Amino acid sequence: MSRSDVLVDADWVEAHGGDPGVVLVEVDEDTSAYDKGHIRNAVKIDWKADLQDPVRRDFVDKAGFEALLSERGIADDDTVILYGGNNNWFAAYAYWYFRLYGHDRVKLLDGGRKKWELESRELVTDVPHREKTSYHAREQDSSLRAFRDEVVASIGNKNLVDVRSPDEFAGRLLAPAHLPQESAQRGGHIPTAKNVPWSKAAEEDGTFKSDDALRALYGDEAGLDFGRDTIAYCRIGERSAHTWFVLHELLGQPNVKNYDGSWTEYGSLVGVPIEVGDGK
Amino acid sequence: MSSGGCAPPAGGAQVSAAAGAGSQAVVQGKVTRNGSAVPVGYARLLDSGGDFVAEVPLGEDGGFRFFAAPGSWTLRVLAPGNVRAERVVSADIGKVTELEVAV
Repeated sequence: MSRSDVLVDADWVEAHGGDPGVVLVEVDEDTSAYDKGHIRNAVKIDWKADLQDPVRRDFVDKAGFEALLSERGIADDDTVILYGGNNNWFAAYAYWYFRLYGHDRVKLLDGGRKKWELESRELVTDVPHREKTSYHAREQDSSLRAFRDEVVASIGNKNLVDVRSPDEFAGRLLAPAHLPQESAQRGGHIPTAKNVPWSKAAEEDGTFKSDDALRALYGDEAGLDFGRDTIAYCRIGERSAHTWFVLHELLGQPNVKNYDGSWTEYGSLVGVPIEVGDGK
Repeated sequence: MSSGGCAPPAGGAQVSAAAGAGSQAVVQGKVTRNGSAVPVGYARLLDSGGDFVAEVPLGEDGGFRFFAAPGSWTLRVLAPGNVRAERVVSADIGKVTELEVAV
């Protein structure tokens, strides 16, 4: 897999965003960003309202995903281009969903909404009309998703990558610094986890760093053993979807899972080991 | 905004002025150009080593807000037209630190 299989740039989107068989999707938690202005022809997906089960803590199930994509007018063989705010956190999270449910023709707009805005490219408020489809998802690909028991069993024998900020990793903060500090019952990190904040994989404009820089970041600097399986986590699983994308899609590492329960689950579990303090 | 997510809402999460910072160390302010708000852009918080910690899109009033740990931080503003500006700021528990960044 190469970069061009999983990433497009803004020029490509300007040239091809309206092509038949191409669907632009903005993914955010705060969808007021879309309502104020989005890339021409883009539809929106709300990270929480559309992609999470409304009652229990879990994803929409296969039928829910099929209903969502059918309603948005996305067909099985469409090429879906995802972008969003936060340096593409939620777009990467949605990308992971699409791959979980077997949609292979999916790419990210490198740099997401931020680079697009900083380059003063066109944003519109027209909402495109797309005919409903009859979308078919596959069963969830369990090779991409980690659950808590596997995470606990992985301590000491798999790469665990904690992609939160150093203060969250150390236990000094329970949430990112732009949010009030409410979260898990305990602060800290999973023993043996390496702290590689997601932001180290991105340039300031939100684009991904080069493959060589990424390999050096996770290998030489963080000490990940590329011969081992890897589980990435953060607080609720979207920043770690960004890192999952880097390791699995850009660097082509096999056996990389995203633990979407992440610290809000692990840090509230009774009896599991926790380490506090800075990374080594 | 939803409290379950990590997304920074434009301008940052709201904090009640009446309630003050409580147990939080709040850094907030506004980005202006020639006295007017800059509504499109990003505020990034960097730690004392220059590493990224958090980022919010500016609000329509050019506003931003962070809930930091106590200590010294660098606030970096990015806006269209290759605009960059930086300010060093300190955060303390129970205090709202205000700053205006003219670009």
